Amino acid sequence: MDNKYETIIGLEVHTQLDTKSKIFCSCSTEFGSEPNTNTCPVCLGLPGTLPVLNKKAVDYLIITGLALNCEIAFYSKFDRKNYFYPDLPKAYQISQFDLPLAKNGYIKVETEEGIHRIGITRIHLEEDAGKLIHEGSIDQSSGSLVDYNRTGVPLAEIVSEPDIRTPEQAREYLNYLKKTLEYLKVSDCNMEEGSLRCDANISLRLHGNKKFGTKVELKNMNSFKAIEKALAYEQKRQRKMLENDKKIVQETRTWDENKSKTISMRGKEEANDYRYFPEPDLVPLEIDEKWKKDIEERLPELPAVKRKRFIDEYNLPEYDADVITDSRDLADLFENSVSEYKDAKVVSNWIMGEFLRLINEEKTAIEDTKITGQLLAKMLKMIDQDIISSKIAKTVFEEMFYTGKDPEEIVKEKGLKQISDQGELESLVEKIIDENPSVIDDIKNGKDKAVGYLVGQVMKETKGKANPQMVNKMFKEKIK
Amino acid sequence: MINEEEVRYIADLASLKLSEKEVEMFSKQLSDIVDYVEKLDELDTEDIVPTAYTIPVKNVFREDKVKESLSLEKVLKNAPEKQADQFRVPKIIEED
Repeated sequence: MDNKYETIIGLEVHTQLDTKSKIFCSCSTEFGSEPNTNTCPVCLGLPGTLPVLNKKAVDYLIITGLALNCEIAFYSKFDRKNYFYPDLPKAYQISQFDLPLAKNGYIKVETEEGIHRIGITRIHLEEDAGKLIHEGSIDQSSGSLVDYNRTGVPLAEIVSEPDIRTPEQAREYLNYLKKTLEYLKVSDCNMEEGSLRCDANISLRLHGNKKFGTKVELKNMNSFKAIEKALAYEQKRQRKMLENDKKIVQETRTWDENKSKTISMRGKEEANDYRYFPEPDLVPLEIDEKWKKDIEERLPELPAVKRKRFIDEYNLPEYDADVITDSRDLADLFENSVSEYKDAKVVSNWIMGEFLRLINEEKTAIEDTKITGQLLAKMLKMIDQDIISSKIAKTVFEEMFYTGKDPEEIVKEKGLKQISDQGELESLVEKIIDENPSVIDDIKNGKDKAVGYLVGQVMKETKGKANPQMVNKMFKEKIK
Repeated sequence: MINEEEVRYIADLASLKLSEKEVEMFSKQLSDIVDYVEKLDELDTEDIVPTAYTIPVKNVFREDKVKESLSLEKVLKNAPEKQADQFRVPKIIEED
């Protein structure tokens, strides 16, 4: 875009780890429970209580670190981050300061400008805070209500290096992270429910300058789209200011969707002195080689690798590979089906077409559907064997989607078997010919396409069960 | 040496309101304490890794199992103010 200034972006992503219980106590992490029903003396910060670390949260963080090419710390510990805000009943957050569980990772993202490497500074484990509901707007309310259900839900904080140069790269970085976390099944990454949150730092500097410009922090954006738009807006705003010799103020801003601009969040001037110190209520962590190896073995094939393999191994077009590897469940469905039905493109068409159509219509999660790769493969074979037409197959597919029944059974139950009986079809074809003399004339005068209309009439009569190829052939023979 | 300005800063971080007399007193007391602890600087710690824990225990975990939470009645029992099953706290943004 502009050659004079270079944009520097760094992202900080918080993602809730999908454990059943909280990080330091046995309360449920379930979203949407009645206020304060998932709390106990530990997460309420009552005096005399002690935290005990949830092992699964550590496992999830390690696997995330490995997937993002990080070094896993051999020795790690927790620290107290002290600040006063009523979302934290203890007046401190248990986090990690100088010895995070994972550091020095990277990912590679692809945008129109090519492949770009983005470093990951660190990933650390910490506890989430509670939720505040303000009466009226935050600066005018007389008080706030606090729900501590979210307090103590495990969070991974993933901090990028200031390696991102464009809003598009930021979006791709986030997409990559989200997809990876979903593949690892460590987080559901639901932004609406707040299980994935992102803050961004953005500054501009003259090309060639080593020193960073004054940065602005962008917070509270609730979608990747909003983050990308906020960054693009901020890039423009800062450039305009610099071009007019105005000073950038270091501040926190947020994206106002209605006004399509970033606005300053006038909060209290914070003293950024968290006085971190080692958490005395927890013991240190030592991740030995064996632990690391055990987790390494559980690493699934990651999206980018899978995408490439699908293209190489199954000859899928890039577009199909993109869509199908977008989710691990979708990719599994595809591969399970392809292992029993060899034409990968046909499988991919059914998954991208009918399957995703139903998923979008029903707004269900892929893992909650009843259909399996085996069932899909079996159905596709039935089409090849002329047992069902591809039109009827859509009905069969829908039934499998909702019930998980065997396609053979569905065909039998609903009487959907394709009519391929020569005699039966012939009498139908003759009937349609008798009923449509003008169409027959058209065809005889060279309007070949009208045959399709006649075939359609037979399909209508048989509710889609006639073998269309056979019917087509019969018409052509009879109307010569 | 902890000067009075530092005492005020620390008090502010801890949300404490100190009188001028207290600022003076704590400046002296905190300085004495820090001076005393500084005696440790006399030791050579060149080859010693920073120690955060003094007990030889590591990797204490619990399994990821949900147990019953506290009843709502007990949760809110000590709340100075409550509303709609939630804790009610005073206005968050400071006046000044």
